[in-house]
Amino acid sequence: MTHSARFTGIILGGILPLVLLVIWQVLCSQGVFQPYLLPSPLAVLDSIVELAKDGSLWAHIGITMYRILLGFLLGVGLAILFGSVVGFYPLAQRLLDPTLQAFRSIPSLAWVPLFLLWMGITETSKITLIAVGVFFPTYLNLVSGIQGVDRKLIEVGKVYRFSNRQLIHRIILPASLPSFLVGLRGGLGVGWMFVVAAELLGASQGLGYLLVFGQNTTAPEIILASIVLFAILGKFTDALLAKVEWRALHWQDSLVHKR
Amino acid sequence: MLTLKTVTRTFPNGKMAFRDLSFEAQPHEVIGILGTSGCGKSSLLRVIAGLDSEYQGSILIDQAPLQGIHERVGVIFQEPRLMPWLNVIDNVSFGLRGDSDTNRKKALEFLQLVGLEGFERHYPKELSGGMAQRVAIARSLVTSPDILLLDEPFSALDAFTKMQLQDLLLQVWKKCQSTMLLVTHDIDEALYLSDRLLILRGQPGELVEVIEVTESRPRSRGSERLARQKQEILQLLHLTAEKTGEVQDDTNIWERHPAARRELSFKGLS
Repeated sequence: MTHSARFTGIILGGILPLVLLVIWQVLCSQGVFQPYLLPSPLAVLDSIVELAKDGSLWAHIGITMYRILLGFLLGVGLAILFGSVVGFYPLAQRLLDPTLQAFRSIPSLAWVPLFLLWMGITETSKITLIAVGVFFPTYLNLVSGIQGVDRKLIEVGKVYRFSNRQLIHRIILPASLPSFLVGLRGGLGVGWMFVVAAELLGASQGLGYLLVFGQNTTAPEIILASIVLFAILGKFTDALLAKVEWRALHWQDSLVHKR
Repeated sequence: MLTLKTVTRTFPNGKMAFRDLSFEAQPHEVIGILGTSGCGKSSLLRVIAGLDSEYQGSILIDQAPLQGIHERVGVIFQEPRLMPWLNVIDNVSFGLRGDSDTNRKKALEFLQLVGLEGFERHYPKELSGGMAQRVAIARSLVTSPDILLLDEPFSALDAFTKMQLQDLLLQVWKKCQSTMLLVTHDIDEALYLSDRLLILRGQPGELVEVIEVTESRPRSRGSERLARQKQEILQLLHLTAEKTGEVQDDTNIWERHPAARRELSFKGLS
């Protein structure tokens, strides 16, 4: 993408949010919404600035990012381990996949009480919960990526008498990369969902804690501030992965990669 | 060079692809394998390539029985089958082992040979079908195979690109001296390229005729002798209309397709 094209993209994508913000602000200042239910955008911004001033904002963001980072890495690591074993070895698939699929169908929040019981209200239980959430989308996409590798490309490797290791390294891994990266982005999205859940249920710090705090002190501007921060951070981390994806998959012949 | 003795390929479901094929390929010979679809031509190439090991009979390469995939055999598939994540030069050197600098040099040499100098850094998505197939040709030749198997290599290309690549193939063949086995359903292509033609017919496919193409190279695509041989092949494959008229009369069709007659009489139409 050229510089100016990206610029136009940002402008086009920004029109709707800007219009909505203006309408929201106008309606609030007209008194259509009660401020104790829906504060104006400026009030939300004020509370963010307030939090930033006393320094607690950075602590909240920091701890949330820390949890999601560790949970994400743990979940992705396990997904790579299980996903490649299940993807490469049909026997492993028959042994492991049914169990993993059964685990997947458990609504992940159902784990919360168990994790709390086992690990208490600690960082460990939160990170474990996030890792569980991240694991499944990443695992599923990796497995389908590996199993979906074009048999015709593998045959080319066979004609060159590649060993199994070479086949994996030189054909299967690069060919399944697109699907894996889709899984990573999906996993990250779920990770953000779960960090909220984990922090709602027992935390003294973090953006999710701000939500609870806002509710308990009847401060909707704090709740909204937290939601806005989640949106910004979520978008930011996703853009980061999207950038990695674009770099790694520039060879793909798809619409978005056309120059 | 390459010897097949009564080779039969049976699929796991019990169906036969081809039956009792025997022939011998001489060094530096181009053998065309012609047949209507379903006669097992592609299965034959896969067996010789070592991609399918379920067959009866014996296949010898340089008098030694074929075991798995032979290192002196190269394959050009119907589709280019390039690795989309590698650029052209890396695709060409894909099958080479050893020092990467030497490999690059070698790959470059073959890229020049197929007329794609300057495209080293392009990715497959940026290539036309003909260019991609040129890369595939370079990739299969860079390992200097003694036997090159070509599975309908130009069938997906337009007529003009096809002719260009046929000439290119002859050019590189002169240089590389490989024995080539070319499976095709294009009679003109087979006559233009081959020294010898094996005609396969039926299901399972059986060798019905071996035709020597003696016309000297470079051949003219409009050659009268080749046209006569084409007529001969068409007759062998039962592809000509009856001499009496363009439309075959009904009885003739029933004779050739007893199954169809049975089905019709079953429905009370006969």
